[in-house]
Amino acid sequence: MSWQDTLLQVLIIIGQSLALLVALLIFIAYILLADRKVWAAVQMRRGPNVVGPFGLFQSFADLLKFVLKEPTIPAGSNKVLFLLAPLVTCVLALAAWAVVPIADGWVIADINVGVLYIFAISSLGVYGIIMGGWASNSKYPFLAALRSAAQMVSYEVSIGFVIITVLMCAGSLNLSGIVEAQNGRFGLLNWYFLPLLPMFVIFFISALAETNRPPFDLVEAESELVAGFMTEYGSTPYLLFMLGEYVAIMTMCAMGTILFLGGWLSPLPFAPFTWVPGVVWFVLKLCFMFFLFAMAKAIVPRYRYDQLMRLGWKVFLPISLIAVVVVASVLHFTGTAPQ
Amino acid sequence: MLGGANERETGAQRGALRMSVAAVFFYLFAFVLVGSAFMVISSRNPVQSVLFLILAFVNAAGLFLLIGAEFLGLILVVVYVGAVAVLFLFVVMMLDVDFVELRQGFLQYLPVGVLVGLIFLAELVLVVGAWATGPGISAAVSASAAQGQVAEVGNVQAIARVLYTDYIYFFQAAGFVLLVAMIGAIVLTLRHKVNVKRQNISAQVARTPEAAMKVVKVRPGQGL
Repeated sequence: MSWQDTLLQVLIIIGQSLALLVALLIFIAYILLADRKVWAAVQMRRGPNVVGPFGLFQSFADLLKFVLKEPTIPAGSNKVLFLLAPLVTCVLALAAWAVVPIADGWVIADINVGVLYIFAISSLGVYGIIMGGWASNSKYPFLAALRSAAQMVSYEVSIGFVIITVLMCAGSLNLSGIVEAQNGRFGLLNWYFLPLLPMFVIFFISALAETNRPPFDLVEAESELVAGFMTEYGSTPYLLFMLGEYVAIMTMCAMGTILFLGGWLSPLPFAPFTWVPGVVWFVLKLCFMFFLFAMAKAIVPRYRYDQLMRLGWKVFLPISLIAVVVVASVLHFTGTAPQ
Repeated sequence: MLGGANERETGAQRGALRMSVAAVFFYLFAFVLVGSAFMVISSRNPVQSVLFLILAFVNAAGLFLLIGAEFLGLILVVVYVGAVAVLFLFVVMMLDVDFVELRQGFLQYLPVGVLVGLIFLAELVLVVGAWATGPGISAAVSASAAQGQVAEVGNVQAIARVLYTDYIYFFQAAGFVLLVAMIGAIVLTLRHKVNVKRQNISAQVARTPEAAMKVVKVRPGQGL
């Protein structure tokens, strides 16, 4: 009888994964629209407003357009890698969501090393860009691939140290455990963004660099590199690249929400607010984090490449290293370290 | 009684099923690992070699996960795939390699390669033959098993308990080796060019309008 149980379990997991993916993709369709709307509002434009009321169906129209176009593969390219690259980007970005708890117990795989898993998966994301840039067999994509490799490796280091400070406070590598560790009597004042405020700022800026968002979008700086590693891509492969990029951005927003903003916890820990289901708080915090991303894109000019490297290695790395020592000492000598 | 026996039987069946699923995944990871390791040395394009190397790393991480060492598996992915292999790929992509020339000398290096491989094999056999669990570890494992803590103490805590207590000096020594290597790399690449104009960020930030600008009233017809 046991193989039927196993089959049932496998089917349940597949169903949960599909439900999460569909919800995530629809959410991202509107996040994409929100990105363009925020950008437009800052520049006093209207943004997309033709397809559907207030342009609400714009992303779906874009999807149809990309899917129905003819994919072109450059003659001198490495065809296998050229088509594999967008798939790698998109699949890896989506795979990270397997461990993200969107509410208490609402997680597909509640693994003990969830933080490490997300960190590992997001460090693999660079391969899609490198493979795409190299396989295109063209100058601009190649330069973009080299830039992106250096950029993402640099900022991963400081993100790693920021995560370590949070782990020391929470005493757990499990994402649900980190959220639970921020649960306390003072609601929003218990969350880690307050005691670890400098770390939160460093995490946010490094997350911008890690996801190639402006002001660190040197990988696709149109004034220097046409469209960067995506120059030779069109139709569905391009769509997969863009989708992967936005999913990675949402993963970073979710990481920020879980590590610093208390995940699914209510900001005010008393009655009318605690009745609201956790997933609502989680999505609201996700939207807040993304609003910060979108505003950074709209109002900050692009960095120069040497400035980007200087910021990563000479500013963020020393600060986050010292912060690890300081947080560890404070936890040790005040006796507040988690057991 | 009957129910209990049934329960035990299904439990055993379930355990067997889990074992067979694990076995399927073990052979999958192992075959892909060996195959991609072979492709690393037989592939003609160096970039493809590095990509196969990455596939090999990821499958090795899968094998770690199967034996329950999730921390080691994910650290393997973070360190080797996420950082080391990126730098490999970086360098290999920048090199302008002549593939024809590369292929010609391939058989020439075969004896050296075979020799290195044999030495590695002999060393591995010696290491495995002299394998012994460190003092205290087996005692700690059985003690925690007796208290039923095995499931509660995760990988990370277990490694940390051993690494930062019993083996702290080896850990520090490894850190010093890496530090010396890092300083060596910096010394090798550090060059002070004389005629390069560098940015002084603090000087730029400290610049004020008063220091940078002078407001002059220019009278019409007279100039300065």
